[in-house]
Amino acid sequence: MTHWIILPIVLPAFLAPFIVLAARHHIGIQRVFSVAGVVALIALALGLVWAVSDGSVLYYRLSNWAAPFGIVLVADRLSTLMVLLTSVLALFVLLYAIGSGWDSRGRHFHALFQFQLMGILGAFLTGDLFNLFVFFEVLLIASYGLMIHAGGNARLKAGVQYVLFNLIGSTLFLFALGSIYAETGTLNMADLAQRVALIGAEETVGIRIAAVLLLLVFAIKAAIVPLHFWLPSSYAEAPAPVAALFAIMTKVGAYAIIRVYTMIFPPNLEATMGLHDLWLLPAALVSLAIGMIGVLAARKLDRLIAFSIIGSMGMVMVAISLFSPVGIAAALYYIIHSTLAGAILFLISDLVRTGRGNLDLTAQPPMRGTHMTAGMFFVGAIAMAGLPPLSGFLGKLLVLDASYGADLVVWVWAIVLSSSLISVIGFARAGSVVFWKAHGLGPMEPDAETARPATLAYVAIGGLFAMLIAHTVFAEKVHAYTTTVATELFAHDTYMSLVLETPGKLSDPKEAH
Amino acid sequence: MSLFLVVALPFFGALLPGMMNSAGRSACAGVTFTVSLMAFVGLLTNLPAVMAGEVVTARVDWMPLLGLNFTLMLDGLGFFFALLILGIGLLIITYGRHYLSRNDNMGEFFTYLLLFQGAMVGIVLSDNVLLLLVFWELTSLSSFLLIGYWKHLPEGRQGARMALAVTGMGGLAMVGGMLILGQIVGSYDLSVILQNREAIQADPLYVPALVLILLGCFTKSAQFPFHFWLPHAMAAPTPVSAYLHSATMVKAGIFLMARMWPVLSGTPEWFVIVTSAGLVTMVLGAVIALFKHDLKALLAFSTVSHLGLITMLLGTGTAFGALAAVFHILNHATFKAALFMSAGIVDHEAHTRDIRRLGGLRRLMPITFAIASLAALSMAGIPLLNGFLSKEMMLEEAHHTVLFGSHWLVPVMATLGSLFSAAYCFRFIGHTFLGPVRDDYPHKPHDPGAGMWMPPAILVVLVVVIGVAPFLVQDFVFMVAKSVIGDAAELKTKYIKIWHGLVPALYMSIIAVVGGLVLVRTHAPLQKLWETTPRPEAKVIFEAIVEGAARMAQALIHPLHNGSFTRYAMIGVIAMIAAGYHAWATGTVAAPVRELQVAGPVPIAGWAMLVAATVGLVAMHRHRLLSLILIGIVGLMVSIGFVYLSAPDLAMTQFTVEVVTIILLLLALNFLPNRTPVESTVPRRIRDGVVAVAGGLATFGLAYHYMLREAVTTPISEFHLANSYKGGGGTNVVNVILVDFRGFDTYGEIIVLGIAALLIFALTETLLNGPVRRRLLNRVPDQPRSGDMHPMMMVVLTRVIMPVVLLVGFYIFMRGHNEPGGGFIAGLIVSIAVVMQYMASGFTWTSARLRYPYHGVIGAGVLVAGFTGIGSWFVAKPFLTSDFTYVRIPPFHKFELATAALFDLGVFLAVVGAVMLSLESFSRLARRADTPESEYPMDIDPSRDDPDTAKMKEGV
Repeated sequence: MTHWIILPIVLPAFLAPFIVLAARHHIGIQRVFSVAGVVALIALALGLVWAVSDGSVLYYRLSNWAAPFGIVLVADRLSTLMVLLTSVLALFVLLYAIGSGWDSRGRHFHALFQFQLMGILGAFLTGDLFNLFVFFEVLLIASYGLMIHAGGNARLKAGVQYVLFNLIGSTLFLFALGSIYAETGTLNMADLAQRVALIGAEETVGIRIAAVLLLLVFAIKAAIVPLHFWLPSSYAEAPAPVAALFAIMTKVGAYAIIRVYTMIFPPNLEATMGLHDLWLLPAALVSLAIGMIGVLAARKLDRLIAFSIIGSMGMVMVAISLFSPVGIAAALYYIIHSTLAGAILFLISDLVRTGRGNLDLTAQPPMRGTHMTAGMFFVGAIAMAGLPPLSGFLGKLLVLDASYGADLVVWVWAIVLSSSLISVIGFARAGSVVFWKAHGLGPMEPDAETARPATLAYVAIGGLFAMLIAHTVFAEKVHAYTTTVATELFAHDTYMSLVLETPGKLSDPKEAH
Repeated sequence: MSLFLVVALPFFGALLPGMMNSAGRSACAGVTFTVSLMAFVGLLTNLPAVMAGEVVTARVDWMPLLGLNFTLMLDGLGFFFALLILGIGLLIITYGRHYLSRNDNMGEFFTYLLLFQGAMVGIVLSDNVLLLLVFWELTSLSSFLLIGYWKHLPEGRQGARMALAVTGMGGLAMVGGMLILGQIVGSYDLSVILQNREAIQADPLYVPALVLILLGCFTKSAQFPFHFWLPHAMAAPTPVSAYLHSATMVKAGIFLMARMWPVLSGTPEWFVIVTSAGLVTMVLGAVIALFKHDLKALLAFSTVSHLGLITMLLGTGTAFGALAAVFHILNHATFKAALFMSAGIVDHEAHTRDIRRLGGLRRLMPITFAIASLAALSMAGIPLLNGFLSKEMMLEEAHHTVLFGSHWLVPVMATLGSLFSAAYCFRFIGHTFLGPVRDDYPHKPHDPGAGMWMPPAILVVLVVVIGVAPFLVQDFVFMVAKSVIGDAAELKTKYIKIWHGLVPALYMSIIAVVGGLVLVRTHAPLQKLWETTPRPEAKVIFEAIVEGAARMAQALIHPLHNGSFTRYAMIGVIAMIAAGYHAWATGTVAAPVRELQVAGPVPIAGWAMLVAATVGLVAMHRHRLLSLILIGIVGLMVSIGFVYLSAPDLAMTQFTVEVVTIILLLLALNFLPNRTPVESTVPRRIRDGVVAVAGGLATFGLAYHYMLREAVTTPISEFHLANSYKGGGGTNVVNVILVDFRGFDTYGEIIVLGIAALLIFALTETLLNGPVRRRLLNRVPDQPRSGDMHPMMMVVLTRVIMPVVLLVGFYIFMRGHNEPGGGFIAGLIVSIAVVMQYMASGFTWTSARLRYPYHGVIGAGVLVAGFTGIGSWFVAKPFLTSDFTYVRIPPFHKFELATAALFDLGVFLAVVGAVMLSLESFSRLARRADTPESEYPMDIDPSRDDPDTAKMKEGV
């Protein structure tokens, strides 16, 4: 059995305590190890993507117990894709944090960052629902730590709301897990898929409620209206590099929905029909609308970006809730796009904060480094608003194309297109006030609060832009790949047989039943 | 040259001006010109093929699964537009070099201009509608940047946003329309779509698609009622107005109507919508133009009017209409760009474009006068200039068009439009150049250098040449018209003639010119009348709409996200209950399979206490100390419940966790007021209470339901029970699950614990460096402090107890694998032992004697657990695979050694470290600078005799 698959989890899980143990007073050493770790993660992720690109599935029995009795990790195309996306994002975010000096404004940034990565990557790789809960906890607590990094009243207040709301989510997760275990007696995803199919039509309430509760848990993570309330202020108040990393956190929720609701509760499962297939799409549309209206309503740049994240998650969920291969393929393409674009915008907002001291959408004298920042904001806004030629537009076309033929197609098209317009207006207003109107005012007073952003900060954002452009230029390859991923999700025989039929310690799984 | 290069050159070339910025303005303009020239020549190399009627194509797949491909095609229509774009582009670049001042960032300007040029060429060469959309929106974006180029001008910013909003909206509508079209045909390739006229027009989605696409075209080409953005785009530098907003970009909509003409036109819907929109726009634009004082505004509205004219021609759906449209596009591009550049020259030289402050420039600027007059006369439709020819064709077409059943409507409107058109042209010439020379120009004007007048002059030469000798361009125009028409209709006309005989069009033309002259003569009173007539101001309305939308958005978003957590939680919980209820209500329920057990008096008593404590907690939660005690009771009852339900491991864990939590909370309470202030109103509390009770009942119902039912097949716990000893080497299944079956979960959870401690530390660290520190120091304790904070009794007792507790911890740790216990509980117990030392002798004394920093203990714990996991790799087993063996070391009994114990050690260390670090962090908050740092373990020590103690004794 190859150990590659567990390395993305174990590597940060070793680096973080090592940094705490040996390097907690030396920011230089922390930076070296942190960056080296993330670079290694990218290499690992590339290896994993390559290993599963032929349709094979990697599988790992923890403690050598076979599924469903022990925990298993499973890497297929979907999970490795998410792992790669996370590690690439992490590298640039980390570089930005180092370049901008954010990592030294509080304690334990790098340790928490590594733990955070461990949590996210674990959530993508696990094949066990309870283990997913554990990784949700790891990423939640680590993200809380990162969120309140460097302190400050507003940040702490937002942090409390963030952690409280997510604790409600964790509690609900436990309820859902309890329900699912009570119904099926198992926690392994593949095994669940089999057992859920056994449930007869005479009693479906139990599994229906379990399915719905679990979906709500993931919906909280994915910030779907009306469970999105934790997002705006926490993302806005979090340190910018942290908010940029959080761009992947909402995608963890989306990933979980894709995984669980194609495998365990597939759309054609009789017992759970008439539930999320009914209301998830409308909820996603409302999220999209609320998010983009929030962009127009925002009075500060960071909240504007936070709402655009909600909107883009709405878009992702619209595509997912079609629960069809084309829909999921579009969703995955859009997930990559929206992760990169969201991160870029948050980092740019930090350039603004560095350059002029605040993020209010009011006219102020030109900030330091205004030309570079303005140019970047323009491109970033184009990406997020889904205008051509960047991947946001392609993603939007994919979603519209995928929804053709759905019952609500008119609603989908109307809301997707009009919310795009609203966000265009919102971004244009904000950019015009922050970057253009400034030129009507005099030059800025020299001030200790502001500074020219560091070169490494620009490099980091530039790197993310490069990724975004690559995502656009090689859209064909990426989309072909996400299509393969989506097809695999709806035909998961390899996954199932591998997980359920490989024997482990002491057991032949057949015998135990 | 390959079409790809023609499109790509401006895009890649756009990098150059920005880079060359510091090399000077001429270098900047020079590279831009070279880039455009290369693309222009590249285009011309394809001329022979196009004239021969071939369609040049180029194709690269981009997203074949979606149908979005980089497919280009060059036919007559595309060539015609590309020629206009690149040709006029060259003139504009030359003009712009001399127009912009030293203060303007020329690199930025030409970068945007080239981006626009590339996008525009992209539109006209696209053979894929989705690709076309990409370029379409790109022109909107580059136009946004160019209009807002002078960032300090509010008009520029507003105009830019307005243009982006309107054209962006149209673009998005068109996305919808094009997608529908693609779905009908099954391909997004234009060449395929153009073959499917019948299929498209027969489809029920034809009308929605048509409306959406026309929305895109009308917004882009400033057709009524979307015409208002164009005049406001005039805040852009004049080269931009001449290029984007008269010659090229605003023609994109018309281009697209022409492109789609073979498949979309010819239906009643097309005819009515397009013709009437064009007609209204033509007349409206012409009327408004007459009363504008700003030269550029006058020209802008005249552009609107002429765009309406072309639209109307395309709307008629006849081949002759299409021919006239093509010809007028060409003519309009030449004379209008020349006019804009002339207006720019006037503005540049006289420092004003206000027609009321001008006049008499004829003598001061003869060259400009000649250029502008010829162009304006062409626009007015004076014979021997090219405008006359296409206007005659338009009137001819109008004469044959029947709209809304009326033979008169279109001809009359067309004549009216022409009349006003002639009028504003005469006014443009008369009020700017004719009349007496004034002496109050803001700046003394004279003709500019050749660099500025040469570009419009070249265009005017074309105006005259085409006007006098139309046969020179006849073949070309027919070729283009044929590529517009395709197979949809047949073109009967063979020639473009100056003299058609005494046809109705000529009379209409004469009426227009004469009427125009009359209008100009009577302009002054008309202007007064116009000023007094109330009319909607587009800018005000638009701003009001956008501001209104923003305010509505704020009214929706801000109250919804008001920062009240209670509200958020309430909405969340209601959503959960509602979704759960819906799932319940739509499912099926069968009879329960398990019997309810009988509850004895003991559990009922325990349950009653639990309920009482909880209710008490809710009732008295404002009293913080009391509620802590009640929380303690709840925790204790839960522990007892675990004992009762035969889960001793859980009971022990719960119990120790309770102890540690209460200690930590007590420490925290130390910094808080005794009471929680009342922050919510009674109705709100009732509301929250109702939601909470509903949530509780739902949870109860859920638990009740599942408790009476079996899992669908054997739960996996059966396997755990059966194999705990055989495979895990332990008889305590709970512990074996924790460290072996699901050790990986535990690994994750100790990390959670460790992180929690780290972040409590990080939090206090930032607090201590912030303003909170001062508040903490100034805090006045609400109760008198004890004089004997570290009493002897306590110190002695804890010292004695310490080894005992450690031993218990060790015992609990060791027995864990087979009996209730384990690393987690042991860690908590040992932590309690250390906490007691802190409590007895104080923070300073204890931490001074601390040998292992707690950060390190946490790190070590996680690492030990991790290394235990990796250890199994060396025997080729997966992470965390356990092994065990039995050894006997005399004089002990045989005992078990398991790798799981090593893992448990990691758990133990992490727990100790986490608990202690949290405690230490809290204690740091409590430290005050003025607290004497005692070096002794207790305040009063009878065996000690030193001045400090003596003093303290006195104090007491």
